[in-house]
Amino acid sequence: MLTDKLLIGILRAGAMMAALVMLLILIFLMHESWPALSTLSIGRFMTDASWHPLEGAYNLMPMLSGTVLASAGALLLAVPLGLASALFIVFYAPLHLATLYKRLIELLSGIPSVVFGFWGLTTLVPLINQWNPPGASLLAGILVLAMMILPTVTLTAYTALAAVPDELLRNAAALGLSRWGMIKGVALPAAKTGIAAGIILAVARALGETMAVLMVAGNVVQYPETLFDPVRTLAANIALETAYAMGDHRAVLFVSGLLLLLLIMVLSGMAGLLEKQRHA
Amino acid sequence: MNANQYADKPDAFTLGPLEEGSACCDPQPVIQVRNLSLLYDGKTALDKVTLDIYKGCITALIGPSGCGKTSFLSAINRLTDLIPGCRVTGEILVNNRDIHHPDMHVQSLRRQVGMVFQKPTPFPLSIRRNLSLPLNEHGITNKTEVAAIIGQVLRDVGLWDEVHDRLDASALSLSGGQQQRLCIARALALEPQILLMDEPCSALDPLASGVVEDLICRLRGRYTIVIVTHNLAQARRIANYAAFFWVSGRAGQLIEFGRCQHIFESPSHELTAAYVNGVRG
Repeated sequence: MLTDKLLIGILRAGAMMAALVMLLILIFLMHESWPALSTLSIGRFMTDASWHPLEGAYNLMPMLSGTVLASAGALLLAVPLGLASALFIVFYAPLHLATLYKRLIELLSGIPSVVFGFWGLTTLVPLINQWNPPGASLLAGILVLAMMILPTVTLTAYTALAAVPDELLRNAAALGLSRWGMIKGVALPAAKTGIAAGIILAVARALGETMAVLMVAGNVVQYPETLFDPVRTLAANIALETAYAMGDHRAVLFVSGLLLLLLIMVLSGMAGLLEKQRHA
Repeated sequence: MNANQYADKPDAFTLGPLEEGSACCDPQPVIQVRNLSLLYDGKTALDKVTLDIYKGCITALIGPSGCGKTSFLSAINRLTDLIPGCRVTGEILVNNRDIHHPDMHVQSLRRQVGMVFQKPTPFPLSIRRNLSLPLNEHGITNKTEVAAIIGQVLRDVGLWDEVHDRLDASALSLSGGQQQRLCIARALALEPQILLMDEPCSALDPLASGVVEDLICRLRGRYTIVIVTHNLAQARRIANYAAFFWVSGRAGQLIEFGRCQHIFESPSHELTAAYVNGVRG
């Protein structure tokens, strides 16, 4: 059939385009970071005295640690909260409340990151400042990130828990398990790969989040000693410096972009594996 | 009543550990159902059933689909509580205790009244964990005790030889028949007095079905078994008593209850006769 062939052709072209764009971005990143990777040794990104790109000091580690700490902190808050929310929706809330609550979470996931940043900057940062100055800090970054990834964790955990077959739960109930015993013993183990995949997606989002973190985290390049110290993340660094960076400096920024991309690729690869395991 | 009454059931009194428990020839009611009605969203699904289930016997519930057999079964362990919009009226006494009485703890009721479902549903955990989870939940946490119970129930259902060297493998790796026997073992681990079985063989192939059927027969005497089955030949083979349900209007009703032989060979109701002879249903 001609229409079939046409349709297949269009679909194929669309799919190729999408894949090609991804590939091109990767090639572009590698190409642009090549000057730095070839002339500077990779060790210098770890051993240089500091991040003073204009003086040729390219230590990425403080910013990498900022990225990792902010994401880890956000995860520490968002995972228990998100899991609790999902359990509430699936197992405890009356139907109308569950629907309403889920809508709310879905809405939360649709809020643009800059709005979170804006709210953080005008509300959260002054609050933290009153408590322990300067306010713009790792803590502020963690809190804003946690709110941003909370819907991802909640909605994926919800989907995984809602997909646990009814028969399993009826069996558990018939064995005299309490509701919590049923959740802990049967529902969570049955849903664990789906939940883990959701958490990994949330980490990926947190690692790459730029705008909101940039607005509240203070952006000082340093290893934070307390939660109240300002930090700069890799993503924020790219956004802050690309406009004026040249030569090696520019190439090193691309290296940090490549680093983020690789981190996220590894994470989503892991999520994919988990997903496959679940359907196996 | 004499001990030879069920002599036509060759495995009525089995050897080995399953032998203990009272014989099924001395009908002592262990479940007494009085005027039980079941409504889903105000619509009657089961209408005023009154029935005694006798201790140590196998009672088969037969009848066409949609006549309320499964609803009846799940009312006995109050699994109907989980169904939104489901209302139960009337009285069910298990060991002379009203199961709807506020003092009745539903978890201990379900411990006393085990249930096996149509579809084998092992939890997606290891074989060992499938059995230890309900035990832990009911406060049996001592490792040696748990291991002993696991060994015992797996032997009871004839799975021990097949799985003893891979207790930590996923229960989902078992075949359908093995999974169903594991589910039976899981119910037995809690030492229930009564086992409710909802078409336990219908999702299995004939061989596995035969194995499970033999197992059910071996449980006779030690447990009181109520089994829903669409397989009339099976009901006839294994049951001591049979209850025939029929749908009249929209609601299921109990038409006739009696000894298995009576229901199948000389039923008093013409609907029963038509159904067991395959004329209707």
